[in-house]
Amino acid sequence: MTAEGHPPETSKSAVDELRSHLGTGNARPVLREIETALGALLESGRETTIDLGAIPFGPGDERMLDEVLGPGEVHATIYAMGESHVAETGVPGVWRVDHFDQRGETLSRFIEVTFCPDILKTQTADAEAGLARLTARLAAQDGHQH
Amino acid sequence: MNNPYFDLLMWARGPGFDIALTIMVGGILLRVVEILVLGRKRDLATAKGSPVGQGVKTIFTRSFPRKGLVPFAPITYIGGYIFHIGFAIAFLFLGAHIALIDGLLGLSWPAANRAIVESATALAVIALFALLYTRITDPVRRALSTFGDYLVWLLSLLPLVLGYVAVNKLFGDPTLMMALHILSAEALMVAFPFTKLMHAVTFLMARYYNGSIQGRKGAES
Amino acid sequence: MAERPVLAEALKAHGISRRGFLKYCASLTSLMALPPALAPKVAHALENAARPSVIWLSFQECTGCTESITRSHAPTIEDLIFNTVSLDYHHTLQAASGHAAEEARMKAMEEHYGKYLVIVDGSIPVGNPAYSCIAGISNLDMLKETAAGAAAIVAVGTCAAYGGIPHADPNPTGAVAVSEIIKDKPIINVPGCPPIPIVMTSVLAHFLTFGLPELDELGRPKAFFGETIHDRCYRRPFYDQGKFAEAFDDEGARLGWCLYKLGCKGPTTKSVCATVKWNDGTSFPIQSGHPCLGCTEPDFWDNGGFYKPLSMPAGDYRKLGLAAVAGGAALGVAGGAIARATKSKAAAAHETVDAHDLEKKS
Repeated sequence: MTAEGHPPETSKSAVDELRSHLGTGNARPVLREIETALGALLESGRETTIDLGAIPFGPGDERMLDEVLGPGEVHATIYAMGESHVAETGVPGVWRVDHFDQRGETLSRFIEVTFCPDILKTQTADAEAGLARLTARLAAQDGHQH
Repeated sequence: MNNPYFDLLMWARGPGFDIALTIMVGGILLRVVEILVLGRKRDLATAKGSPVGQGVKTIFTRSFPRKGLVPFAPITYIGGYIFHIGFAIAFLFLGAHIALIDGLLGLSWPAANRAIVESATALAVIALFALLYTRITDPVRRALSTFGDYLVWLLSLLPLVLGYVAVNKLFGDPTLMMALHILSAEALMVAFPFTKLMHAVTFLMARYYNGSIQGRKGAES
Repeated sequence: MAERPVLAEALKAHGISRRGFLKYCASLTSLMALPPALAPKVAHALENAARPSVIWLSFQECTGCTESITRSHAPTIEDLIFNTVSLDYHHTLQAASGHAAEEARMKAMEEHYGKYLVIVDGSIPVGNPAYSCIAGISNLDMLKETAAGAAAIVAVGTCAAYGGIPHADPNPTGAVAVSEIIKDKPIINVPGCPPIPIVMTSVLAHFLTFGLPELDELGRPKAFFGETIHDRCYRRPFYDQGKFAEAFDDEGARLGWCLYKLGCKGPTTKSVCATVKWNDGTSFPIQSGHPCLGCTEPDFWDNGGFYKPLSMPAGDYRKLGLAAVAGGAALGVAGGAIARATKSKAAAAHETVDAHDLEKKS
């Protein structure tokens, strides 16, 4: 066992392979919840966020979730106070949003059922700051030219 | 501010255990010494066989049922084995229990996987209920049963069930359930010398005694 | 003191984007065990939270709690939240001292009467209040006086929450927890020796946004003290497999096996140490190879020894065991003697009957 808490080297391979299938049985209900949420999104536009940190999830559950949803078309990385991985799954409208801190430790993990996760959109406050920055940069440019 | 459940657990670990251990150890010694001091009259006849050999042999041979008796009382025999083996595994191979024994006697051995311990516990509990069923439904056994027998049944059941509940957090506050588990085991310890639970010690003496009498007479036991 | 939102400006000044803030709010919502749909509300509430006046009282303590909360290495939003409160009195941190400091406390109390937040670390001696005084005012008087106008009290650290180390047997100063003295104000207990910084700031954030968090029977926020360390411990699989370290330097310890037999109090200790961890998520005691001491629980100092397994008796059972052996043997001899006497008496009283006698009777 290392300080990071990996299982001992000796019991790798077969045991780990077996362990990666062990689940709590929570993946199925979560997938059903996603199904219902996606239906609601199409019907009424209602968005849903599921906090994966709030549900006991084993490696097997994670595996089942990934297998059923599959990889999708969009994969974005946000660099704000550490990385955030935002990816559309193979089921369009269902997104995985995983937040990490500056050290790469997981902060929180969500499933978002939406047409576009909010965190991808430019925020008004940031756009305002951007406008000010652009104006300042243009002013600096003008200063150089004259 | 204090957590009453935690205080109860600490009492069970502290004064509660001390009291229970004192009564159990003192009580067992009391009973054993009492039996030994009573003594027997010297047998003046010449021994026709080895009393020691037969006595020791009987301690082990009586652990197996006599021919034909298993079909006669299957639940008593099979249930009895399952309960005793299950209880022994749960008691002797759970890590926490080994830590306790290590602390008391300085003896330690490897712990078993929780799945094994919990299966053994579940089987022992099922066996206990099967044994209770035969005790109640069989008119002869019912007539033979005393209050002490039912008390011993309950005292054997409670630590198993409460331990299982506490470890798996099935219901109730886990700290409270753990305290109750320890207290139930302490109740078992207190009752041990003064009920039929004492057989866990005296079976050795009784079997040896019976075997040695036969052995002296030159008979197989 | 200006009671206007300051977080937005503080974020801007630190170059943290709105995205970063939203990400923080989402994670904070998850950490506080609130539904994810509340994340925008958390963001809105945090941004618009008025800057509360905070009076921090340090009584019988070691300053460990203050060290903990001020020792985050990277500038995080937690620091910013903590910086947005107006810390009007903290005699360890403030530059002023003596009467000038006490004046600052009085001024804050007057200006924000009924609205300020009191944070207490350390226990209060009631055996003789003079055991611990600040500027000639006993801890007991200062707490009563300051609590009177408080909106709520946060008891930070196990000393303030449950008496802690000063309360340990034999408790020479008669130390008690805040909740033993103040009965008419909401008290949030954030125990730990010290508490995890992010837990302290999250409780503060919760108070700023949604008011009092949901508390357990020991006055602790359920979001952070709802589960035992054992339940979330990465070494739990070894416990389940029955693999235990028997000593601090054996093979089991090197392989990272369960520390139960070395006295780990994880099974009876509720805290988020195993998930949130310490030093900005670096590690926690069990990960460093040391059993949990159970510092978020009342009386953790007196719970039968840090290195005794939980299942092991806490008392001096060996002496008692010897006494029981001697006592039991003596009683057994006595019991046996009585039984023998009874037996011989019965034998002596035994009348022999022959056929002749029997015939007489019939």
